[in-house]
Amino acid sequence: MHANITTETGAPLMSARGITKQFAGIEVLRNVDLNLMRGEIHALLGENGAGKSTFAKILAGVYRPTRGTLMLNGSPVEVSSPIAAQKLGITLIHQEPISFPDLSVAENLVLGRTDGALLGRVPWAQMTRDANALMDLLGVRIDVTKPMRGLSIADQQMVEIARALASDSRLIIMDEPTAPLTPKEVETLFKIARRLRDEGRTIVFISHRLEEVRALCDRVTIFRDGDKVETVATDALTDADIIRLMIGRSLKEYLHKTGSTIGEVALKVENLTLPGFFADVSFEVRKGEIVGLGGLVGAGRTDVARAIFGVAPAASGRVAVNGKEVTISEPSDAIALGLAFVPEDRATAGIFRTLSVEQNITAAIPKRIAPNGVIRRALEKALASDSVKKLRIRLASLRQPIGELSGGNQQKAILARWLLTDPSVLILDEPTRGIDIGVKAEFYDMIGELAASGRAILLISSELPELLALCDRVLVMSEGRLTANLSRTEATQESVMHAAVPKTARQTVGVAA
Amino acid sequence: MNAVSNLLGTLFQRREAGIVVMIVLLVAAVGIIQPRFLSLETLRIVMLAIPLIMIAAMGQMMVLVARHVDLSIGSILGFSAIVAGMMFRDLPDWPVLVGVLVAVALGGALGLLNGLLVTIFKLPSIIVTLGTLSLYRGFVFLVSNSRQVDPQFIPKSLIQMSQTSPFIGIPWIVIIAFIVALLTYFFLDHTRLGRQIYAMGSNPVAAPLRGIRVVPVTLLVFTISGALAGLTGVIYASRFGYVNPGITGVGFEFTVIAAVVIGGVSINGGVGTVLGTVLGVILLGTVNVALPILGVSAFWQDAIYGTVIIVALLIDRSVRQRGIKALSGARSNA
Repeated sequence: MHANITTETGAPLMSARGITKQFAGIEVLRNVDLNLMRGEIHALLGENGAGKSTFAKILAGVYRPTRGTLMLNGSPVEVSSPIAAQKLGITLIHQEPISFPDLSVAENLVLGRTDGALLGRVPWAQMTRDANALMDLLGVRIDVTKPMRGLSIADQQMVEIARALASDSRLIIMDEPTAPLTPKEVETLFKIARRLRDEGRTIVFISHRLEEVRALCDRVTIFRDGDKVETVATDALTDADIIRLMIGRSLKEYLHKTGSTIGEVALKVENLTLPGFFADVSFEVRKGEIVGLGGLVGAGRTDVARAIFGVAPAASGRVAVNGKEVTISEPSDAIALGLAFVPEDRATAGIFRTLSVEQNITAAIPKRIAPNGVIRRALEKALASDSVKKLRIRLASLRQPIGELSGGNQQKAILARWLLTDPSVLILDEPTRGIDIGVKAEFYDMIGELAASGRAILLISSELPELLALCDRVLVMSEGRLTANLSRTEATQESVMHAAVPKTARQTVGVAA
Repeated sequence: MNAVSNLLGTLFQRREAGIVVMIVLLVAAVGIIQPRFLSLETLRIVMLAIPLIMIAAMGQMMVLVARHVDLSIGSILGFSAIVAGMMFRDLPDWPVLVGVLVAVALGGALGLLNGLLVTIFKLPSIIVTLGTLSLYRGFVFLVSNSRQVDPQFIPKSLIQMSQTSPFIGIPWIVIIAFIVALLTYFFLDHTRLGRQIYAMGSNPVAAPLRGIRVVPVTLLVFTISGALAGLTGVIYASRFGYVNPGITGVGFEFTVIAAVVIGGVSINGGVGTVLGTVLGVILLGTVNVALPILGVSAFWQDAIYGTVIIVALLIDRSVRQRGIKALSGARSNA
C-alpha cells in the first residue's frame, strides 16, 4: 500500500518561490512559497477571490507570474504557455472542460499535440485505438468516435484526464472538478485520482467542499486575500480550524447600518423548489428589513432570485407578495407586483450597452414614458436626470452610451431603473461586485435609505462583511438548500461560513419560519 | 425491428442522407410533371451546371468551417476571369496554362488580402468581405476598362474543356471539379492541418491553448478560398465563352453559400463535410436546370430558387431530428 504523504520529505516535484501576481497593478497573489510533492493529493482552499485559482493557472502556464520562480525537479522553469506546461508534464483540468465540441473524443485527445508535420496524415485508426486504450486504463466507458458535444461534464472531465495521461503529465491540477458532478461521478473521479497518486503523480485539487478535501487530500494549503496562510496535513486540522484560517479577517470599518422600523411581511416564499438548482427554500422579508442571502458561489442563491422574479420560475412552492399569494411566470408579472431585481451579471443581464444612459434608466417603465406608444422625450429626460442627481451617477451626458460609464455608475443606473418602478420588494444580486470602494460605500448608504423608506430588501452577497454590517437577518444557502437563518446577533463570520460550506453531500437542515 | 430503426437512425443522423432523399424526390417530381426531364441530355446539362458552384463551394466550405465567411468570391471570380481573358486576347501566343495559373494566383492573392484584413485588424469576416466584394468588383472594371472579352478571344482548347470528355461523356470541367473535391476531402479529413481548421471553428478560444496557430491557418483558409474562386473564373470562361465585367460572377457568392449551407455546413463553424457540400451543390444545380424545363417564367425563378433553399434547410432539420430521436429511442430500448 502507498503511504500518504503528509510531510515534506525528499525532493518536491514542483516548488513555487515567492510567486506574486498583479492584475492592473492590483496584487491578487503575494509572495507564495509552496512545495508540491511526488505522489500527493494537495488541496488548495480559500474563499472566492483568495488566489487559489490564480495560483493554479500560473502553475499551468495560463498566467505568467509578475515575480517569483517555479522549480520543477529542482531546477527553475518557465511555464510560458499551456503548451509549454503540457510539454513539462503539467495539465490543468478546468471545471467545464475546454474542448472542441464538434470533434470526436479521440480527436480531442490528440489534437494540438505538436508532433508530426502539418500536412502529415491523421492516423484515424491508431488514434481510435489509443483513445480506447486510455479509456480502458481509466476504467471508463466512453465511445471515442462520438463528438464531445454529447458527453456529460463528468465524461468530458475524464477525457481531459485521459489527455493528461496521453502526454504523461506528472502534475495534474483539477480546478473545482466536483462542482458539476453527481455523488457517484465524484466517487469515480476520486478513485482515479487516488490511482494516479499511487503511480507517483501529483494531483492539485481545488474545492470548496471540506468533506471532499478530507476524503481525498493528503495535505491542504489555505489561501486568503492573495496570501498563502498555511500548508498542513489534512488530518491536523478540524473543519473549524480550516474555516477560521480561510476567513480570518476583520470587518471593514466603513460599513454601518441605518436603523429602520420593520413592518409587515412583504415577500414570503414557501418550499420553493427547482430540481437541480434548489429545494425547499422558505423565508420571508418584511417591509423595512434588509435580509441577506449568503453562501458560496453556486449555492443556488441567484437561482432562487431568478425564480422569484420569474426569469426561470420554480417547479413548485408558493410565493406571496404583501400577503397575497401570487403566480409569477415571467418578469413582467413580477414588475407589475412591485418587485425589482438587479441581476448579478450586469454586463449580460443588466445593461443595454449601446443604448444611452437615459434609455437605460427608463427601460423598466415603458408605459409611463410612452403612454400612447410614442416616447415623451421630455418626461424621459426629466426622470433620468432626476435619478442621476439622486444616485449621484457620474456621467458626461444623459445621451452617452451606458457602456462608457464605470462599473459602479452602470450599477447605479440599473438601480435607478428599478427605483423608478417604485418597487415594494427589491432583490439585489451581488450589487457591489467589481465596483470600487468609494462607490461601494455610497451603495451601502442607499440600501440603508431604501429600507428606511419601507421597502423590503433581499441582498445576495458573497462578501461576508457586507452581509454582517448591512443586514437585519442573514439567510445562508449551501448546495441548493437553506442551511441557516441567523438574526443580526447570531450572524458572525464563523456561523455564516459554517452554514455555507457543504459538509455532507445531501444536507437537510430545517429552517425556522 | 430494433436493428432496422437503429440503422435508419444512424443513416438519418448523417446529414448527407437527407440531401440524397431531397435530390431523389426532386428528380422524381419534376420527371412526373415533365417526362423529358429524365433524359441523358438533362443529365449533361445538370453536370455542366455543377463544376462552377462546386469548386468555389469547396473553398467557401473551408471558410465556414473555420467560423468565417467569404462574400467576395463572386468578385474574385470576376477579377481572375477578366485578367485571364485579357491575357488570352492580348497575348494570344502565350500558353493557355499560363492564363489559368495567373487566374488562380490572383484569386489566391485577393483571398490572402481578405485574410490579412480579418486577422490583422481583427474585423469580422462578413464585414471585410462585404467591403472587398465591392472593392474587387471595382478592380474588374478598372483593369478591363469596362470592356467585355469577346467569345472569339477565348482559346478553343479552353472551351473544349466544357465540351469534350475523356470518358463516358463526362466533360473535363466536371472531372476537374471532382478532383478538387477529392483533394479537399483528403486535406480536411486526413491531414493535421485540415483537422486544425475544424478545431479552430469549433472552439476559437481553445484552439490557441492547444498550440494551433490561428493566424496562419486563417490566412491559409482565405487564400485557398480565393484561389479556388480564381480557378472558377477560368472555368466560367470555358463554360460560357466570354467574360463580362458587369456579369461574370455577380451574385455568385449567394449561390455558393446556399449550396454549402444546404450541404450541412454550419455557419457557426466546426461542422461540415465535403460529401455534404458536393450533394448540396448537386441539389442546387438540379433545381437550376429543372426550373426552365418546367417552364417557370424567368421572373419567378429567383423566388422559387430562394424558397427551395429555405425548404431544403427545414426538411433537413426535421429529418435529422427524427434521426436523432430514432437513435436515442433505439438506445433506450437496448
